[in-house]
Amino acid sequence: MNKKNQKTEWPLWEVFYQPKDGKPFEHAGSVHAPDAEMALQNARDTYARRNEGIAFWVVPSDQIVASTPEDVGPFFDPANDKPYRHPQFYSVPRAVKKRK
Amino acid sequence: MSTLDTIPKTKQESLVEVLLRLGDDRLIHGHRLSEWAGHGPELEEDLALANVALDMIGHASSLYSYAAKLEGKQDEDHYAYFRDDIDFKNIAMLELPRVDFAFTIAKQFLFSAFSYFLYRDLIDTVEDEQFNGMLQKHFKEIKYHLRHSREWVLRLGDGTEESKKRIQSAFNDLWMYTGELFDQDDTEKAAISHNLYVDVTSFKEEWMKLVKETLEEATLDVPDNDQYMFSGARGGRHTEHLGHLLAEMQFLRRSYPDAEWK
Amino acid sequence: MDTQQQLDEFQKRIDNGETIEPKDWMPERYRKQLIRMMSQHAHSEIVGMLPEGNWITRAPSLKRKMVLLAKVQDEAGHGLYLYSATETLGAERRELVEDYLYGNAKYSSIFNYPTLTYADICVIGWLVDGAAIVNQTMLAKSSYGPYARANLRICKEESFHKKQGYEMLAKMADGTPEQQRMAQDAVNRWWWPTLMMFGPHDSDSPNSAELIKWAVKTKTNDELRQHFVDRMVMEAEAIGISLPDPNLKYNEETGHWDFGDIPWDEFWSVVKGDGPMNRERMRARRKAYEDGEWVREAAMEYARKKKLREGKAS
Repeated sequence: MNKKNQKTEWPLWEVFYQPKDGKPFEHAGSVHAPDAEMALQNARDTYARRNEGIAFWVVPSDQIVASTPEDVGPFFDPANDKPYRHPQFYSVPRAVKKRK
Repeated sequence: MSTLDTIPKTKQESLVEVLLRLGDDRLIHGHRLSEWAGHGPELEEDLALANVALDMIGHASSLYSYAAKLEGKQDEDHYAYFRDDIDFKNIAMLELPRVDFAFTIAKQFLFSAFSYFLYRDLIDTVEDEQFNGMLQKHFKEIKYHLRHSREWVLRLGDGTEESKKRIQSAFNDLWMYTGELFDQDDTEKAAISHNLYVDVTSFKEEWMKLVKETLEEATLDVPDNDQYMFSGARGGRHTEHLGHLLAEMQFLRRSYPDAEWK
Repeated sequence: MDTQQQLDEFQKRIDNGETIEPKDWMPERYRKQLIRMMSQHAHSEIVGMLPEGNWITRAPSLKRKMVLLAKVQDEAGHGLYLYSATETLGAERRELVEDYLYGNAKYSSIFNYPTLTYADICVIGWLVDGAAIVNQTMLAKSSYGPYARANLRICKEESFHKKQGYEMLAKMADGTPEQQRMAQDAVNRWWWPTLMMFGPHDSDSPNSAELIKWAVKTKTNDELRQHFVDRMVMEAEAIGISLPDPNLKYNEETGHWDFGDIPWDEFWSVVKGDGPMNRERMRARRKAYEDGEWVREAAMEYARKKKLREGKAS
């Protein structure tokens, strides 16, 4: 490839959206944008075409800190033997269960 | 409205006239914006321009639908496909060819700013419920169009030397078409008397202030108001560009008018 | 170098049905194959905007105009999702784009054919998107997480693409004589190129076996093509459209529809750049990219100046 042709590229941003009022934010995907305001607008134009979200967060992708696969053991295994942290651990009388 | 038509007299005639004026502006603007699909300066902006185009054509479609119901025409397509250029009521600025991204953005900004104040005031004035419902829904989208185009004016104006040159020349070229935004004719006066339209001159200063402040923030010069201003498109006196636009838009539908195309 | 032990462990993960994520260890060749395949998929979405975009300004009703514009816009979105997914493998969008605009990267040959009448738009929805959905449904289960998720999202959005095409084609096939003529003509032109979309026969597809071994794909080109033909025969019949293949015949033994020879010479020549629209498509995309440069540059420069000003103010 001829490197001389290389043109400007806007930085990459990660987009998080809130599907509904009160719901937690989820990762939607990414967009390229020159700055925060345009990143927000691009997120809206890309990821809300079908009313998927009512609110957005955008974060420069290089600011995301992620755990590595090597962390899998030390990070998550200790939680595997703590069933008491999960609601399914507790039995609930049937009558109560039905009420949602 | 061609030069042969008369001023609407009844309330319904006025309503149809207003619906078509707003609808024609939006259809023609949306049509020009849709020409960008697949040719935008970056993928994200391709999506953004298509969103505005879809909003515009959608607005036109619902305004036309209502007019069709009032006039007993078959549907919204009657107005888009079976009228000639002298019958179209859009302002001339919107029919101009797309030129480049700067020209599109400058036009989008001037028109969105105008639509913003127009819809804001119409919502407070229009008593017709169905019409007012549309205005409220469309107003939300207009606010976004204004924000998007304004942010781009700032970036192009205060960006590079080239972008500044391009957006400045776009505003200079478009300026002679801005006078028409605030031309008030007898048709509008009739609509105002039925609470179906507002006096556009009443927000001219606010519009000018917004445009001026934005251009100044973008380090651009505000073109001279004391120059020739194009006028008459709402009354059917268009530029030569509209005929070509319509020839393209209408050819298939008119070639086979008896066929089902929906 | 990838050691044998690493390769074995990786294969074990694949065989267990595990999903590979960006930071996981992966063979260099897996990464390369994915970048090639995913970016090719992304380029196809973008070039695919052009043949359909050709009819936006001439669509015969406001409804169809909006449907078409929304569909072409979705394709930009799908290209964007796919480029983003490819970027998780360490590639940059700009590099990928320049690879097909100025280099050797490919995109789907189907978009090198012209859209001559409005019926072509309906047929692209029905056949081309129909074929794409068959392919993407499989890819939504791909072993590479970001690619699978992008395809899942695309499949969800694309179901309307095929439906609108089939719906309008059915109307035309049942419409005026002129509409019927346009509809049948469009099907005649697009049928064989669509069958080529699944790629060469398995015996001529060097990448296939490897991609299946790594569960990037789960079905072969010929399996997907057969699945598609079986389905389209039914759908064509339902709307009174005939398919331009005298050898189409139901095979009682296999339970599938046998079909005639695909004109592979044409396929290879279009892949190599000699199709009716290759040069025009490339010219249009290069122009958009090059004309966009001053816009992208301006926005970056504005962001730089703004940061500088904010830095001074604080």
